Amino acid sequence: MKFGVVVFPGTWSDRDCGWVVDQVLGAELRYLWHKEADLRDCDCIILPGGFAYGDYLRTGAIARFAPVMEKVSEFAARGGLVWGICNGFQILCEAGLLPGALIRNSSLEFRCEWTNLVVERADLPFTSACEEREVLRIPISHGEGSYFADPATLSRLEQNGQVVFRYADVEGRVRPNANPNGSVHNIAGIVNSRGNVLGMMPHPERCAEQELGGTDGLKLFRSVMHHATKALAG
Amino acid sequence: MRTQGSGVDSRKLREVALSADEYGVIVEALERPPNDVELGMLGVLWSEHCSYKTSKLLLRRLPSTGSAVIQGPGENAGAVDIGEGWAAVFKIESHNHPSAIEPYQGAATGVGGILRDVIAMGARPIALLDSLRFGPLPGSRHHFDGVVAGIGGYGNCIGVPTVGGEVYFEDCYTQNPIVNAMCIGLVRADQLMRARAEGTGNRLLLVGADTGRDGIHGASFASVELDENSSERRPAVQVGNPFLEKCLLEACMDLSRTDAVVAIQDLGAAGLTSSVAECAARVPGAGARIDVAKVPRRERGMTPYQVMLSESQERMLIVVRRGREREVERIFETWDLTSAVIGEVTDDGHVTVVEGDDEVARLPVQLLTDGVPLRRLSGVPPRPGPALDLDSLPPPADLGASLLRLLASPNLCSRRPIFRRYDHMVGDSTVVPPGGDAAMLRVKSTRIGLAATTACNARYCHLDANLGVQLAVAEAARNIIATGAEPLAVTDCLNLANPDRAEVYGQLEETIAGLGQACRTLELPIVSGNVSLYNESAGTDGIYPTPVIGMIGRIEDYAHRLQAGFKNEGDFVLVIGSSHNDLGGSEYLKVEHGLVAGRPPALDLVRERAVGTLVLTAARAGHLRSAHDCSDGGLLVALAECCLLGGMGMRGPALTLEPPLRLDAAFFGESPSRFIVSAPSRAMPELQSLARRHHVEISLLGMAGGDVLELEGQVKASMMDMRQAWEGGLEH
Repeated sequence: MKFGVVVFPGTWSDRDCGWVVDQVLGAELRYLWHKEADLRDCDCIILPGGFAYGDYLRTGAIARFAPVMEKVSEFAARGGLVWGICNGFQILCEAGLLPGALIRNSSLEFRCEWTNLVVERADLPFTSACEEREVLRIPISHGEGSYFADPATLSRLEQNGQVVFRYADVEGRVRPNANPNGSVHNIAGIVNSRGNVLGMMPHPERCAEQELGGTDGLKLFRSVMHHATKALAG
Repeated sequence: MRTQGSGVDSRKLREVALSADEYGVIVEALERPPNDVELGMLGVLWSEHCSYKTSKLLLRRLPSTGSAVIQGPGENAGAVDIGEGWAAVFKIESHNHPSAIEPYQGAATGVGGILRDVIAMGARPIALLDSLRFGPLPGSRHHFDGVVAGIGGYGNCIGVPTVGGEVYFEDCYTQNPIVNAMCIGLVRADQLMRARAEGTGNRLLLVGADTGRDGIHGASFASVELDENSSERRPAVQVGNPFLEKCLLEACMDLSRTDAVVAIQDLGAAGLTSSVAECAARVPGAGARIDVAKVPRRERGMTPYQVMLSESQERMLIVVRRGREREVERIFETWDLTSAVIGEVTDDGHVTVVEGDDEVARLPVQLLTDGVPLRRLSGVPPRPGPALDLDSLPPPADLGASLLRLLASPNLCSRRPIFRRYDHMVGDSTVVPPGGDAAMLRVKSTRIGLAATTACNARYCHLDANLGVQLAVAEAARNIIATGAEPLAVTDCLNLANPDRAEVYGQLEETIAGLGQACRTLELPIVSGNVSLYNESAGTDGIYPTPVIGMIGRIEDYAHRLQAGFKNEGDFVLVIGSSHNDLGGSEYLKVEHGLVAGRPPALDLVRERAVGTLVLTAARAGHLRSAHDCSDGGLLVALAECCLLGGMGMRGPALTLEPPLRLDAAFFGESPSRFIVSAPSRAMPELQSLARRHHVEISLLGMAGGDVLELEGQVKASMMDMRQAWEGGLEH
C-alpha cells in the first residue's frame, strides 16, 4: 500500500502526513512534486495542508492548475482514493472534485484548536475503522475553513449522505456552539458521490500519537490502509 | 552649513545618523573623505542597531560559554548540543519600532527575520515564541490586534508552530509596544552552518526576493540623494512574504544535500551591506567584491546606494564554492526562486562595490564592522521605585473576590484567545502546548524533549533593574523546570528607553550586571541576543527596562514531561519553597490597590537552584503528576491556574500564616523560587525526604478534585466563576 503526498510550494502538512504514513502507520510513502505529472503508482493521494502557492487570489485557486492535479483528477475519475486535508480540501473544491467552497471563518480569525467530529459515514474507505456516530477529537488550523454551498448543492449532499464529518460537542450533538468556523450544517468534511474523494478541514495527521494529544486521526489512516490492502489482495 | 573641521555637510551626517566625531574617525581611517555610498554603508553599520556601540562594552561581561555551547554570540544565532548528534539553534530579536508604526507588517517581518537567522545556521525552524508588551486595553487594541494577526499571518503561512511567549499590558508601552520574536531550530551538529566568507574566489549568490527600495534605513534616511519624489510612497516598514520565505526555507534545507555551499547569511537590517561585511569580518583578511548591477531588482532606476541599503525581506546570501554555482542555483530554481551571482570572496580585507566597470565604494571590512568608536556613557544608578508601606495596606476583604479580579487582569488571564490564532501544532512535535509554563517540542526519532519559554516581569525591572532581570532569569528557569526539563541556555533581548539619558544608561548597566550574575550562578550560558534601545517617545519616560529572557531546556525522555494542570482527583497539592511578604511590584498591588511600588521580591539564587534541583529530581523519579511555576499573581492565582488548566478544583484546610507573613502576601505575594506541584499521596515520604536533603520547604496544601478551589474558611471560588473571569480577561 503506497500513500502519495503531494507537495506544492507553500505546503506544510506534507511532512506531518509523511511522518504518520511512514513512521506511525508503517506504510509506503512517496512525495509527489507539484510539477511532475506522475502519481508514481500510489494507492491513495493526500493533498495536505498549507498555503499552496501562497493561497494568493483564493485558497487553492492556483494549485488546481498544477501539473500533478491533472493526474489527480484522472486518478479520482478512475475511482482512486483522493484525500484533501485543510488546504487540500480547498484545492479539491477549487478543482471541482468536490462541491462547495471554503470561506473565511465566521470569527474572521485564524483558529487552531481541538474539535469534536461526529462520524456520519463509517462505510467509506476513509472511515471504515470508525463507528457510525462515533465522536472523533481532531484539531483544526485554518483561517478559511467555513464550508459553504448553495441550498441545492447542500440538500443534494445531505440526501446522498455525502457529509462525512460534522463539528459536534463531546457527546456528538451537532450544536451551533460546537461549530468553530461557521460552516453550514456544521460540515467539517464531505465526500464525492462515488465515495472515493474526501475533503476535510481538520488535521488527522496531527493526532496519530498519544503524545500529541490523541490518536483519533490514526483511525482514518488505518481505514485507508485496510481498504487499499484489501483491494490489492482482492 | 558645514561641520567645523570635517568638511562635510552636517545635514548629510544627520541623514546617515553619524556624529561629527564618527565622521572624523572615518576620514582618518580612509585618509580621504568617504563618498556618498560609502557614507551610507558606514551609517547603517555604525548605527546602534547594527553596531551595538552603546552596549557592546557592557555585553562583553555576559557569560557565553558552557559545555553544551556549540556556537555562542557572533553568528546569526547561537547553538547548543542537545544530545544524539542534534544541535538546537536559537535566538530572540526585537522588532519594536516597525511594530509601533505598522503593527501587522512590523510583527510579521520580525518573525520572518528571526526565522532567517535560524535558517542561515542550516537549521530547520521548529518553533516560534513571541514576547509582547502593549499599553492597556482597549486603548492599545490597534497595536495588540495588529501584532497578533501579523505573527499569525507569517507563522501560520510558513508552517512553523508558534508555541509560546508572553504578553503584558502597562502604560509605559502605549506609544512604544515591544515585539520580540524568538525562533528555535534543529540541525545535526555536524551540519551546522556558519556565515563565514571563506575561500578567495568563492562566489556570492544572492537568493530569494528581488531587491526594491523598501526599508532603506527607515525614517532617519531622508532622501536627498535618493529620488525625492518617490520617497513619500516608500513604506517605512518592509512588507513580509511568508510564502516566499517558505520556499526559501525549503531550498536552504535542500542545500545540505550538496557540499558546494560554504556559508549562508541572512539579509536583515542594513541589507546587503551588513550581510556581506559580516560574512567577511568573520574570516581574518577576507573581503568581498560585489557588482550591484547583477542584483535582481524589483524596481527600475535604483542607485548603488539604494541597492546596498535596501532592506527588502526574504533574501539570503550564499557563499558557494567557485565553479559549483549551477549546482546551487538549480536547487533554488526547483523552488522557483531567483538567484544571481553578485560577487566573490576576496583576500584584500575590503568590501568593494562596483556597478559594471565603475567602482562605487571601497571600504575596509574592519572599519565597517568594528571601526565604530564604542560609546562609554556614564550612567547614574536608577532611582528606586516609590516606597511601599505594607502597614498602610488594608487586609483583603474577600480573598475570593480578589482572586477573580486578578484572574481577569489582562496580565494574568488566559492567553488562549491569542494562541488559538497561531498554528501551534504544525510539525507534529508539540508535546506540551502553549498555555502553561514552557512549551515542549519533541525531537523526532529520539525521546528528547526541548522546552522553551520567554519571561520578564518588567514592573520588577522598573522598580529595580538589577534584581528585576535576575527574577526574569529565575522565572524562565522555573518555567522550563515545571515541564520536567533542565534549563540549558539563554537568549536575551534587552529592550530599553533612550540610553543617552544617564538614568537609562544606568538601567542598562544594572540590567547587564544582574543578567550576568543570574546566568553565572544558574550556569546558563547566553548564546545569542539582541539589544533594542531608544524605545521612547517624546513627552514620555520611555518603557520600563524590559530584558526579555528566552530560554530552552532539555528532557532526556519526554514521556516524563509535566504540565501545570492538576491531573488526577485525589492527588496531593503541595507548594515547594517558602512565601514571604513579597508584595512589592505585584499584580495584586496594581489591581487591588492601584500601586506600582516597593522593592521586587528578594531572590536568593542559591535557593532558587536548590528548589529547581528538587523539582527536577522528583520529576525524574516519577513522583510528580503536575508542576507549575508560582510567580505573577502569587500562590492563589497559581493554584487557580492549576485548577483551570487541569479542569478540576482543589480543597484544603486553611493556610497557616507563620508570623510575620501577612494574609495578602501569603495568597498574592510573588515570592520567587516556588512551585505548585501535585503528587500521588504515596509519594509524600520521598518528597519530604528529598526536600530535607535539598533544604527546601515543602507544604501540603490540599487535595485536587471537585469543582471549587477552597481553602477552608479563607477562600472558596467555583470553577465556573474562575473560568469566566480568566477566559474573558482580554475582551476589553
